[in-house]
Amino acid sequence: MSDNALTPGIVAGRLDPQHLAENFTDLHPALDDHEALVAADRCYFCHDAPCITACPTDIDIPLFIRQIATGTPEAAARTILSQNILGGMCARVCPTETLCEEACVREAAEGKPVLIGRLQRYATDTLIAQGVHPFTRAAPTGRRIAVVGAGPAGLACAHRLAMHGHDVTLYDGRAKPGGLNEFGIAAYKSTDSFAAREVDWLMQIGGITLETGKRLGREVSLAGLREDFDAVFLGIGLGGVNALGLNGEDREGMRDAVDFIADLRQAGDLARLPIGRDVVVIGGGMTAVDAAVQARLLGALNVSLVYRRGRDRMNASRYEQDLATSKGVRIITNATPIAVHGNGAVREVEFEYTDDDLNPTGQRFRLAADQVFKAIGQTLEGAELPDLEGRKIAVTGAGRTSLPGVWAGGDCAAGGDDLTVTAVAQGRDAAEDIHASLTGRAS
Amino acid sequence: MADLTTNFIGITSPNPFWLASAPPTDKEYNVRRAFEAGWGGVVWKTLGEAGPPVVNVNGPRYGAIYGADRRLLGLNNIELITDRPLEVNLEEMKRVKRDWPDRTLIASLMVPVNEDAWREILHRVEDTGCDGVELNFGCPHGMSERGMGSAVGQVPEYVGQVAHWCKKHSSLPVIVKLTPNITDIRKPALAAKEGGADAVSLINTINSITSVDLDSFSPEPSIDGKGAHGGYCGPAVKPIALNMVAEIARDPATRGLPISGIGGVTTWRDAAEFMALGAGNVQVCTAAMTYGFRIVQEMISGLSQYIDDKGFASVDQLVGRAVPNVVNWQDLNLNYVAKARISQDDCIKCGRCYAACEDTSHQAIAMSPDRVFTVKDDECVACNLCVNVCPVEGCITMEPMAAGAVDPRTGEVVRREYANWTTHPNNPGRCAAE
Repeated sequence: MSDNALTPGIVAGRLDPQHLAENFTDLHPALDDHEALVAADRCYFCHDAPCITACPTDIDIPLFIRQIATGTPEAAARTILSQNILGGMCARVCPTETLCEEACVREAAEGKPVLIGRLQRYATDTLIAQGVHPFTRAAPTGRRIAVVGAGPAGLACAHRLAMHGHDVTLYDGRAKPGGLNEFGIAAYKSTDSFAAREVDWLMQIGGITLETGKRLGREVSLAGLREDFDAVFLGIGLGGVNALGLNGEDREGMRDAVDFIADLRQAGDLARLPIGRDVVVIGGGMTAVDAAVQARLLGALNVSLVYRRGRDRMNASRYEQDLATSKGVRIITNATPIAVHGNGAVREVEFEYTDDDLNPTGQRFRLAADQVFKAIGQTLEGAELPDLEGRKIAVTGAGRTSLPGVWAGGDCAAGGDDLTVTAVAQGRDAAEDIHASLTGRAS
Repeated sequence: MADLTTNFIGITSPNPFWLASAPPTDKEYNVRRAFEAGWGGVVWKTLGEAGPPVVNVNGPRYGAIYGADRRLLGLNNIELITDRPLEVNLEEMKRVKRDWPDRTLIASLMVPVNEDAWREILHRVEDTGCDGVELNFGCPHGMSERGMGSAVGQVPEYVGQVAHWCKKHSSLPVIVKLTPNITDIRKPALAAKEGGADAVSLINTINSITSVDLDSFSPEPSIDGKGAHGGYCGPAVKPIALNMVAEIARDPATRGLPISGIGGVTTWRDAAEFMALGAGNVQVCTAAMTYGFRIVQEMISGLSQYIDDKGFASVDQLVGRAVPNVVNWQDLNLNYVAKARISQDDCIKCGRCYAACEDTSHQAIAMSPDRVFTVKDDECVACNLCVNVCPVEGCITMEPMAAGAVDPRTGEVVRREYANWTTHPNNPGRCAAE
């Protein structure tokens, strides 16, 4: 036990560096060649395979697994990447347990699906490690397209447009591209700077000019982009964070989970990253789980994840919930925060138990907390956007917005799950639609 | 537990599982380990003439093909007969037989086709106390180029001649080991019988190239960039061996000739199938080479349980039990009509039956939008491909139609009585049904 393990408050170095390194290594280590062959052999090569249907990017999974089984992981990678240019990241972060692997017939037969996600990683890692970019750019069309947001949707859109020969300017508000791949997502799902390496590899297609530090509504305006470019794609994600609406929400120690995760992902030395001893995470989605698990892995002594509804309503999959509990996170459900107590800094959070319809029960409890992460959802930010549907940009077809020449996809657009793989599919499909529009082949 | 004691051509073994003449039986050390593990008998690695022994290659001797998870399905070898001096082998055989009198020890022999050579070797092996000899007319590689092995087995006249010499010059039981590299296995079997052999054993290995290295373009196993065809064995050859055993067992000319069944025997089930098709015992090689000698324990326990379950008094009651059911195609009942049935409870919705039927067969399986697969009886010819490709055993079955029912495919009533091609109206050479 290090000196800081029991120290109250928010301090760095709760664990020794070796322990930290072990905690933040790959959640699922890469398959070696033999493991990949054994795993690939289990695929039945189903007809009209349910796994393909379950994949938002429609990757031909039986084909790529057969290509691995026959000793051609490079061909497998091409099969994957032709549908999903961020197949490497998706192999790491997709909730496969609710997508392809849930649909796998061997899940139905034996409760043990083919390891599709890890096989996808095996294939894409093989090709990317060889430095091979398997696509070539078509002859330049002279068309110019602005893609706003260099997250999964924007990257997928930019790559597909560049492939078709268009010139793409890719804007992002942050200093680095990658969006949530770079700044979100638990560190143990994207080790060794994979997000950055994948973007570098993707950019090898050529024809994409990256402009970082350019935020929509500040350095660039949608009206200006529509003026200057033949088309605009918005993949700006959800920049805002929902508030709890409680007194004391601004107390020291209260943070947005997304900021904590971003700091952690960008930290050069995890031993210098401060973390509370008693951490409370409020929320029930993937961000909440990522924050809670990583708080534990940094050495927080007690981590509670509190969600206002039941376990079955949590957006985090059962697999993610089990991962959290296996790391020592206590999951408390049917409890709504009602007060943040403390004198300057947070000391306790008070909750009230609620029924499944969120009606208060009158029963209350307090959790000790020197650090609280809020993870109750993100919101779209920005002015002069196209028409909204609810709190997101309304789209029809392949991401067409209410404004002519403006498409949108990813988390900022209405429809679809807020998943990396969904964003990639929407970015790709919008690119095809933009291409069709600009070349007069629109349907 | 059933007594598995087997009497094969007068040779008694505690069980019907012998190790075939092959690399595992080349030395005293191996054979002792085999007997300790429980093998009922051993056919010693083939002995050649006295004098300087043969030499083997110094590179790889084996090539393989694999199923899922690198399960070895087929093995190919280019090893020759024993490359140890005859005297050494004979002394070791004598010692082993002395210490294991209840186990069977057979001497496998291969010498040039002349009477003196065979007389000489027979006299030498008799002194070991072995229970019999097996004439190696099967090895298809190396020795065949020198006029021995399969070069003999492919000429029925030679087979009969050598069998005759052996019976003439020795009182030992003689088993003739046959090569499958021949058009009609019944011909050398009949020649062996007519030459006086007590039994045949089959199959020896099949001419094969297991694979080609796609960088060096050398066949495998590769010796300095070149490869020679080898002998193929293991689970992959079992269907070929079963057919050849059955052909000999059911042909009127060879019926009753004792058979030692060889070819891909890996489990007790394989052994039982060979015996049901007429083999009095079985010989095993590849399975032992893949998993070690201890597999015989599963073979013993499995066959015992089966014999008990069936209520057989001994393994003899199993031998040949399936032979009457092996017939020519023209004798199959054309009035037997079956239809595939898919158990929806067992179906895992992989759709392989649909792909196989839709792409390559009779378009007799329907697929609903929610992936429910059902058989279209008006198209199903009961070909069995869906059963074969289904990953779930027992999920798809072939169900016979009752007599009197109408086959929706043909619109004809299913008839109870047996009728085959010989009397079928479409057969231009049919005999009138009496």
